[in-house]
Amino acid sequence: MCEIASRNLSTTRRYRAPFCLCVFLCLFVPSCKREQRQFSTPPANFKSYDVTMSDLRPGVGGLPQPVQNPADQHAFDANEGKRLFTQYNCSGCHFNGGGGIGPPLMDAKWIYGERPENIYSTIVEGRPNGMPSFRQKIPDSQVQQLVAYVRSMSGQLRKDVAPTRNDSMNARRSEQRTERKTPLQTTEPPQ
Amino acid sequence: MSKTTRTIPRLILTLVLALCFASCFSSCGGIQNAINPAGPNAANISRLWWLMFIICSIVFVLVMIAVLLSLSKRTTEAADRVPVLEPSEESERRRRNVVVSATTITVIVLFVFLIASYSSGRSLGLNDPTKNGLSIEVTGHQWWWEVRYQDVDASNIFTTANEIHIPVGVPVMFSLRGADVIHSFWVPNLAGKKDLIPGKINTMWIQADKPGVYRGQCAEYCGFQHAKMALWVVAEPQEQFNLWRQNQTQQAVAAASDVQKRGQQIFFSTTCVMCHAINGTPAGSNIGPNLTHVASRHMLAAATLVNTREHMAQWIKDPQTFKPGNRMPQNNLSDADLQALVEYLQSLK
Repeated sequence: MCEIASRNLSTTRRYRAPFCLCVFLCLFVPSCKREQRQFSTPPANFKSYDVTMSDLRPGVGGLPQPVQNPADQHAFDANEGKRLFTQYNCSGCHFNGGGGIGPPLMDAKWIYGERPENIYSTIVEGRPNGMPSFRQKIPDSQVQQLVAYVRSMSGQLRKDVAPTRNDSMNARRSEQRTERKTPLQTTEPPQ
Repeated sequence: MSKTTRTIPRLILTLVLALCFASCFSSCGGIQNAINPAGPNAANISRLWWLMFIICSIVFVLVMIAVLLSLSKRTTEAADRVPVLEPSEESERRRRNVVVSATTITVIVLFVFLIASYSSGRSLGLNDPTKNGLSIEVTGHQWWWEVRYQDVDASNIFTTANEIHIPVGVPVMFSLRGADVIHSFWVPNLAGKKDLIPGKINTMWIQADKPGVYRGQCAEYCGFQHAKMALWVVAEPQEQFNLWRQNQTQQAVAAASDVQKRGQQIFFSTTCVMCHAINGTPAGSNIGPNLTHVASRHMLAAATLVNTREHMAQWIKDPQTFKPGNRMPQNNLSDADLQALVEYLQSLK
């Protein structure tokens, strides 16, 4: 009896280290998805009529369901958005989020809505007073990446998804270290 | 052991050795080969390589002979040998001589290598004062090469991609830059490799003595499509080069036919215009390769595809099948639109 007990004990001891290692390695599994990349364009799940600015709607039926932006979940996509933000010259008007010719993107105020579908239609359809339409010029998958990045500028994304630091000198805190700002709807016209 | 079981491993061994030799010889010649030099820099490196190869081969053979000799000696004499407890003065002296001479030869060989390597490196680094002629700026992007021909006359400056033309027999100055990550510029037939580092300009000079086409490749791992980040260097006689340069400095030809005009419209109204420039049109973005004279290039997608209509159409439709992860998105154009676009781009000679 005693012998069996000691044998059991030694078996437990023998497997303790591999078991702990397995548990430890399992902790890394969720991070696999963080950098997942998809090279072929996924079908767009946004449509311009999903966008809502107010509770007033024609006809019957409730408000459209909020749309989940797939790029909001992937650090790779948010970082691609950051690259495209510079390369497509968004920073030409919005600067590095501080605003200039266009409204700032790193503050809490949103003129046309802070939901992914709002930003999507802002980019695709354009807005009055200067925002051009990029319909057909930027593929949907890249618009989604841009949407994710724009949201990360005011801290709307998860900390592990938001871009960390610039390759070059950064004038402000990285998107990851930006505090989450509660979105405020504003009617203030763009300056 | 039967005879057949013994011969089979031998056969396999012979076959493997023969394959190894065959693969060595198949790499001789060719357009991407460091021991087939086409210019003074590469010749210098190639000489150094041959010197090291020959000396190391001799050393290897000598060591192997010594090992085999000592092995055969031991097997024949070991049986009736009495262990020597007090070695004679004579045998000690002989052994000491062998060790001292072997060490001396090793040191001399290493010094020969040191001096040869130093002098090659020095002559590669020398800046030839006569070379203030042609200056080319190469910028490494993920995953293609931007090539800009500098000139004192601003109207002669032009940008192309993935294909460098140089005149034969003239040293050409290369300034190397990195746009995103570190790349490395390596055209083995013409010169050694040099890194393209973001925020820094590296320079080297290249001279081709034989006309021909030489392939270069990125030699520093730079991400997904590092392996398909290649370029061509076309070395041609001065007159031919001047003609090429003359053409490259021109603006893009205007769309002539209706199909080409339709293609140009598609270029301006879809994703193309966001990244590519065509000089002489409103398209002026410099994120992707400059397409002003895209039809005059031999290859597409950083020397990945031969520049034909079919390849261009397939590449525009789905670049991710050829180079997964590259920065060009898929384009859902209708067949007619795609053909019109290709028609227009192929007219840009």
